Amino acid sequence: MQIRPILAALRKHRLATLLIALEIALACAVLCNACFMIANRLSAMRIDSGVDEAALATVQLTGYDASASADVDARARAALRAVPGVQSVTLLNSIPFGMRRGTAGIATDAAGQHFGGVIEFYVGAPGSFEALGAKVVAGRGPLPDDFHPFTGWVPDEAPIQITQSLAEHLWPGANPLGKEIWQDKFHFRVVGVLKALARPDPPGWTPEKRQWSAFVPALPGPYLSGSYLLRAPPEDMPGVMRDALVAINKALPDVVIDREDSHTLPELRHNVFKNDRAMAGLLIGVIIALLGVTALGIVGLASFWVAQRRKQIGVRRALGATRGDILRYFQTENFLIVTFGIVMGVVLAFAINLTLMKFYELPRLPFFYLPIGAAVLWGLGQFAVLGPALRAAAVPPVVATRTV
Amino acid sequence: MFAYYLNLALHSLKRNKVLTALMVLAIAVGIGASMTTLTVMHLLSGDPLPGRSAHIFYPQVDASPADFTKSEPLDVLDYRSAVDLWSAHRADRQALIANSQIKVRAPDASLPPLMLNMLSTTSDFFPMFDVPFRYGQGWSAQDDARHSRVVVISSDLNDKLFHGGNSVGRTLRLKDSDARIVGVLAPWRPSPLFYDVRGGRFANGDTADFYGKPEDVFTPFYTGLEINDGNFWQFTCWHAPDKPGHLENAPCVWVALWVQLNDAPKVAAYRNFLDHYAREQKALGRFAKTHTRLRTLMQWLDFNGVVPSDVKLQTWLAFAFLAICLFNTIGLLLAKFLRRGGEIGVRRALGASRRAVFAQCLVEAGLIGLLGGIGGWLLTMLGLWLVRRQSVAYADLAHLDVGMFFTTFVSAVVVSLIAGALPALRASRIAPALQLKTL
Repeated sequence: MQIRPILAALRKHRLATLLIALEIALACAVLCNACFMIANRLSAMRIDSGVDEAALATVQLTGYDASASADVDARARAALRAVPGVQSVTLLNSIPFGMRRGTAGIATDAAGQHFGGVIEFYVGAPGSFEALGAKVVAGRGPLPDDFHPFTGWVPDEAPIQITQSLAEHLWPGANPLGKEIWQDKFHFRVVGVLKALARPDPPGWTPEKRQWSAFVPALPGPYLSGSYLLRAPPEDMPGVMRDALVAINKALPDVVIDREDSHTLPELRHNVFKNDRAMAGLLIGVIIALLGVTALGIVGLASFWVAQRRKQIGVRRALGATRGDILRYFQTENFLIVTFGIVMGVVLAFAINLTLMKFYELPRLPFFYLPIGAAVLWGLGQFAVLGPALRAAAVPPVVATRTV
Repeated sequence: MFAYYLNLALHSLKRNKVLTALMVLAIAVGIGASMTTLTVMHLLSGDPLPGRSAHIFYPQVDASPADFTKSEPLDVLDYRSAVDLWSAHRADRQALIANSQIKVRAPDASLPPLMLNMLSTTSDFFPMFDVPFRYGQGWSAQDDARHSRVVVISSDLNDKLFHGGNSVGRTLRLKDSDARIVGVLAPWRPSPLFYDVRGGRFANGDTADFYGKPEDVFTPFYTGLEINDGNFWQFTCWHAPDKPGHLENAPCVWVALWVQLNDAPKVAAYRNFLDHYAREQKALGRFAKTHTRLRTLMQWLDFNGVVPSDVKLQTWLAFAFLAICLFNTIGLLLAKFLRRGGEIGVRRALGASRRAVFAQCLVEAGLIGLLGGIGGWLLTMLGLWLVRRQSVAYADLAHLDVGMFFTTFVSAVVVSLIAGALPALRASRIAPALQLKTL
């Protein structure tokens, strides 16, 4: 295929060529960045909670005095245990993807001089750690002796388990076992390292902070009450949840069930990422509309050019060009224009990415998005030009002999 | 002349229906996408108190230890500073606010108890923020002073408990106390819920929750503190409170103060008063820092970056999309106009000026824009419907107002005229002689 005559023809339509190329460039830049953002949102949504989500649910009660907590907890746990299918009912202050009650800033020294970041304290009663099913990768899980009553918002002193990600942040490269952290007057010693334990609200945090959590053992009391963690076989979950709420209603008619926050963990996970899901959906919608409009633009312009060149096509056909030659002419032309657009688009894509990095804490656009984006646009261009090009190829040689 | 051009334009559009449809579609989709996001942006970044917001201020002082904050004071006040500043009564109006959740029962209604958000505030809150009442009214300054057991409820709660009837004078059980209903609000949905905005700079752009609904229960400040003691949560603390939920003497910030200052000298005087207060407290050893702020309502919203970053991103995306649609339309119009080279040549040869050809082409482009505007309006309605179906706090706000309705058409026509300008210019440059020769 000869490219020079095509380039010569394009030079006569500089403006239209430039416009289509600009459209392709912008489409390429938006396409790459939008896909990258979708991938980011999706990967955020796939965060490892570190717990057996499918087997867990929570019931949240409010509307009673701290002084009544022991009574409410006793009755609620008895009612929940009696629900068929329930394997365990324990207390946990914060729930992964649910209620958040233990967010606080920590320090790695008693004086509070070395700020360690804001982390989530999961304060759990005996049995809650086992119910969660968090995986210990170093050290140990909580022992029966670790659980003590407390009167502040967390125990004054406790051996805790922290996540790998938090350990690496606080003491990079060092062994976290035996290290200490402080939260105001509260003092904790790390005795175990967890593979993962996500915060209750991961979307509100930058990716590296989403796993900054600690498990703190404690006995139930005024500030560890009304937040139940239920464990049941995943297949029984829907029935368990329905029966649990009915059972609580019957056992404790005067407390308020926080229905918005009482769900299975998969439901809570679904809710917590609703904004990310909506945004990903919107981005996908924009990409589809974008590709559609770009394709329509190519179809429109190519149709026009075909109509305009009917006579030349007829002459070429009369001089011996095959239908394939004509078809390939328009295909090559489109390929050249799209390539020109992609070259500009690559520059634009990185410019947009730099802006996004500045304002949205997005990582750098990985290089492999560009060839994929380019391939998509080449494919789109070829697909869009196919109709007009086939029409061009169908122009009979006899057109050359006519005057118009 | 315009009517003639319009006629010509209609003829020309009818001649190539597919190309026309493509152009109208391109403009409609571009306008639809950008107007949907612009409408959301417009709703979220608007002034929640038009005409008043310039006189509403948010004073800040900082009672935290020296190393607790850096350049900015904390977002809300500690109890003592808030009450000191409020009781000085140096502003035209002033309202303290504290939020909590409270258990509510209506003895007359057979509904299970509800947990509702309660705003404990002072009497100036209602006139200062122009809160609309359906029945009754707010409480008086005497009620504030006497810690009266009175309550104002939202229209939603009134519908739920009393089926929308006049419930003034009825009793509501708030936790363990009875309170008399003195007022029922008319539906009120400020966007954002400006008086509760705080902490936006720590929200990582995830600020959709600033657009939630107002509280359902409003009580006098001290009344609320008494009846719901133990259920107040801090914005932040520099030391753990001795008794969580009871914060009056805790090293925590949790109370906000809003003031109304009607003219510039009063603003200056209040600024002085704040600075003086901070210096005095530092001298007394209670404050470590003397930095203060007195932002207007809009400055405070701006400082908190209330518009969610996702919404901003969507707006940029929509404009990139509109740009693509614009390039597309320019390309198609160029094709269309130049294809009619012969016709334009004849018109030019018969005496039409370049300007006349240019005008004729622009009329055609404008007509396409108008058609695209209609399509864009329909797509905007569709887009807003999709936004309303999302489960974000501001979903119910997403409606097209009259201003944005006209903006849709104006922007569609303007976009199409911009798109038409270049092709029209090219068309008007067509040399008549050359075109006539090829005919």
